[in-house]
Amino acid sequence: MSLNEKVQEGKALEGNAPAGPIEKRWESHRHAITLVSPANKKKHTVLVVGTGLAGASAAASLAELGYNVKSFCIQDTPRRAHSIAAQGGINAAKNYQNDGDSVWRLFYDTVKGGDFRSRESNVYRLADLSTSIIDQAVAQGVPFAREYGGLLANRSFGGALVSRTFYARGQTGQQLLLGAYGALLRQADEGKVQIFPRREMLDLVIIDGRAQGIVVRNLITGEVESYSGDAVVLATGGYANAYYLSTNAKNSNATAAWRCHKRGAYFANPCFVQIHPTCIPVSGDYQSKLTLMSESLRNDGRVWVPAKKRDERLPKDIPEEERDYYLERRYPAFGNLVPRDVASRAAKTVCDEGRGVGETGRAVYLDFADTIKQNGVSYVEDKYGNLFEMYERITGENPYKTPMRIYPALHYAMGGLWVDYNLMSNLPGLFVIGEANFSDHGANRLGASALMQGLADGYFVLPYTIGNYIAKAGSEPASTEHPAFKESEKEIDEFEKRLTSIKGRKTVLEFHRELGLLLWEYAGMSRNENGLKNVMGLIPDLEKDFWQNVNVPGDTKDWNKNLEFAGRVADFMELGELISLDALHRRESCGAHFREEFQTTDHEAKRDDENYTYVAAWEYTGKGKPPVLHKELLTFDYVKPTQRSYK
Amino acid sequence: MPNQSMKLHLRIWRQQGPTSPGKLVSYEIEDVSPDMSFLEMLDVLNERLIKNGELPVEFESDCREGICGNCGLVINGIPHGGQHRTATCQLHMRHFRDGQTITIEPFRAKAFPVIKDLVVDRSAFDRILAKGGYISVRTGSAPDANLIPIAKEIADQAMDSAECIGCGACVAACPNASASLFVSAKIAQYALLPQGQPERKRRALMMIDQMDVEGFGNCSNHAECEAVCPKGISITNIAKMRREYFHALLK
Repeated sequence: MSLNEKVQEGKALEGNAPAGPIEKRWESHRHAITLVSPANKKKHTVLVVGTGLAGASAAASLAELGYNVKSFCIQDTPRRAHSIAAQGGINAAKNYQNDGDSVWRLFYDTVKGGDFRSRESNVYRLADLSTSIIDQAVAQGVPFAREYGGLLANRSFGGALVSRTFYARGQTGQQLLLGAYGALLRQADEGKVQIFPRREMLDLVIIDGRAQGIVVRNLITGEVESYSGDAVVLATGGYANAYYLSTNAKNSNATAAWRCHKRGAYFANPCFVQIHPTCIPVSGDYQSKLTLMSESLRNDGRVWVPAKKRDERLPKDIPEEERDYYLERRYPAFGNLVPRDVASRAAKTVCDEGRGVGETGRAVYLDFADTIKQNGVSYVEDKYGNLFEMYERITGENPYKTPMRIYPALHYAMGGLWVDYNLMSNLPGLFVIGEANFSDHGANRLGASALMQGLADGYFVLPYTIGNYIAKAGSEPASTEHPAFKESEKEIDEFEKRLTSIKGRKTVLEFHRELGLLLWEYAGMSRNENGLKNVMGLIPDLEKDFWQNVNVPGDTKDWNKNLEFAGRVADFMELGELISLDALHRRESCGAHFREEFQTTDHEAKRDDENYTYVAAWEYTGKGKPPVLHKELLTFDYVKPTQRSYK
Repeated sequence: MPNQSMKLHLRIWRQQGPTSPGKLVSYEIEDVSPDMSFLEMLDVLNERLIKNGELPVEFESDCREGICGNCGLVINGIPHGGQHRTATCQLHMRHFRDGQTITIEPFRAKAFPVIKDLVVDRSAFDRILAKGGYISVRTGSAPDANLIPIAKEIADQAMDSAECIGCGACVAACPNASASLFVSAKIAQYALLPQGQPERKRRALMMIDQMDVEGFGNCSNHAECEAVCPKGISITNIAKMRREYFHALLK
């Protein structure tokens, strides 16, 4: 029996992208948009949740336009949002290197890199806006790397044959975020933005079919607070932490997005999660997170494993002819620069064959010996010095002397809340930007494209499209005295009291770790029907155990990290089920979603374009009830879907 | 590498709230792996405390890769624990020895009030940066990026200053609880860059005034800040900041 027969299908979705030639769509759309008069903007309040690249840039830009903005973040200051950890760079089709880049090529690479599961119109707009982002950031004083002539430097990144990545050492995300944070603080100083740090969004309030407010927990006092506005912008990042071990920050979570989902926002392509090939491997059970080593390292490092199984010699003792540079062997055109999904799966394959290295056998070498021989230590130090230092700090090994050991880890969520071309969800007034939306990356994101998308959404797309909604929305937002706010506050209160009153035997962390292992095993790098069906039975068991056996210490009306985490883990479990269902229903392999049943003879992902060229957007129908599937059919008028090849 | 587990004696600052008195409480912990990070060691302690029905030690951390600036503990008297250019989250237990006593306290300064246990309020940093820690550019108004050439040496120096992660270790290490290293890094970054020139004087005056308002002390050249900075921000930034301030006052 095909599982598809069991998935209940609802009304199809429309992406609302304008028609006409693709290079004119955004321009014509902007002309068609209704503007809010400058005098009226100050009468409208926009709630922006999250202060990463997307949230901070959106909040600042909206305030510059004249809106009143309330900006919320979970950290003690907007500057610590997890965009800060992005290392390698940001793509832009500037063609400063004269190597054949163009908006068209960036568009093409991104659609192809996403394995033909993204919306063409959005991707073209993203590629088009990429150049303005670099202009904006440079004007803000972001210290990008420069050449001796004083002009901007570039490097190449996985999945591209041109050098279009701009970077600020290994801290590009940090520098771009500090630029956006500065813009946000400037508006705060002018009184246009009110910043609410240490707040976690726990509910979305919908009144008369429109998103009109949010309910948050003040993380210092534990008090539940309500805020109302003309529109809500969700910029709360991705959900890789559902898998427990990931490169995400400890506080990164899915709760804001998941609670919106439970209020009716569709969750799109949840099974599209990116597993990054170059992370420091797990060292023990106590491991709390995995650290990424920038993909830019693959520009100069060579990936290899011993040709022989279970070869326990030190890397320096393994002669050249007994090494397998498997990426260079399998993909001669792209070599070590194949896209992330391809590189990750190839690493898993060689480790599954018993050729992995290190104590656990779940690692491959990333070797810089050749580049050091050719270009000298100072070349490597200059380009990757801080990454090498970080590696040594964590592992105690010196990568100038011995190859790094790396292994894939959960890194990024391509899936997220469904949005149309205006970045509005199916719920009027709820906009979703950055990693939190299902985004422009299809089934796989290319390196250095996350920063680009977050900033394109925040600086250049949302500030226009939200005006169109506000201009037409009509009535003023409801007051926070409205019963819908009060009801939500009460529900949150009860939810927290329930969590703290169980007083069971297992900690929140233990549950989170168990969930993570289940998802990694069955819904991770490689999936199959039996495993997915199995995990869909195991997660509800774990959930049941959680609600009977979890021990959340402390009070609800106090600083309480364990309580924060307990709510997030409860949501991750529900989301984990949806990830698995989505992966099970998509009976094809595409991008990061690899179903073992659907592969080519040389073990590459095999798409089924006839049946699965759509975005799967899931509607919540109640606890324990099957979600309803809404399809947005994708059309490719400009980039013809082909079997992705990097050979 | 031999994976010998260690036993440690911890003395940790416990404080229920901003106005409650705090004290150092002793804990014994076994089975600490040298490959654990310092915060993972505290995670393990907290798991045990919860299982024993005690309240876990509250501390902050987020990225756990040394870039967000959220974590920060005073370890044996030194903010971030004294390993060169290393934030608390990147400090690993292999730098401690079996049987060692480790004292763990919050970052202390008048301008950083304790919220709970090891968690402090560093929002004063935001209020300082809000007074000019940026270049005023409206979205959409920027010229082409390569119209502003910047010599590589200047860009590199600006980047050296820009690396600050805003953790506040410099304040915690300073006998005067001065925020000079933090403030000067931002002022120096923009003073170096052509984009920073129009607001150069205003920025220096406003940010330094706000630093005083927040209750941070003055710099008296102890250089403890530079020694503990996880990003190696140099105190030459402070010299630059003073120069900027005097220039701004003179005109």
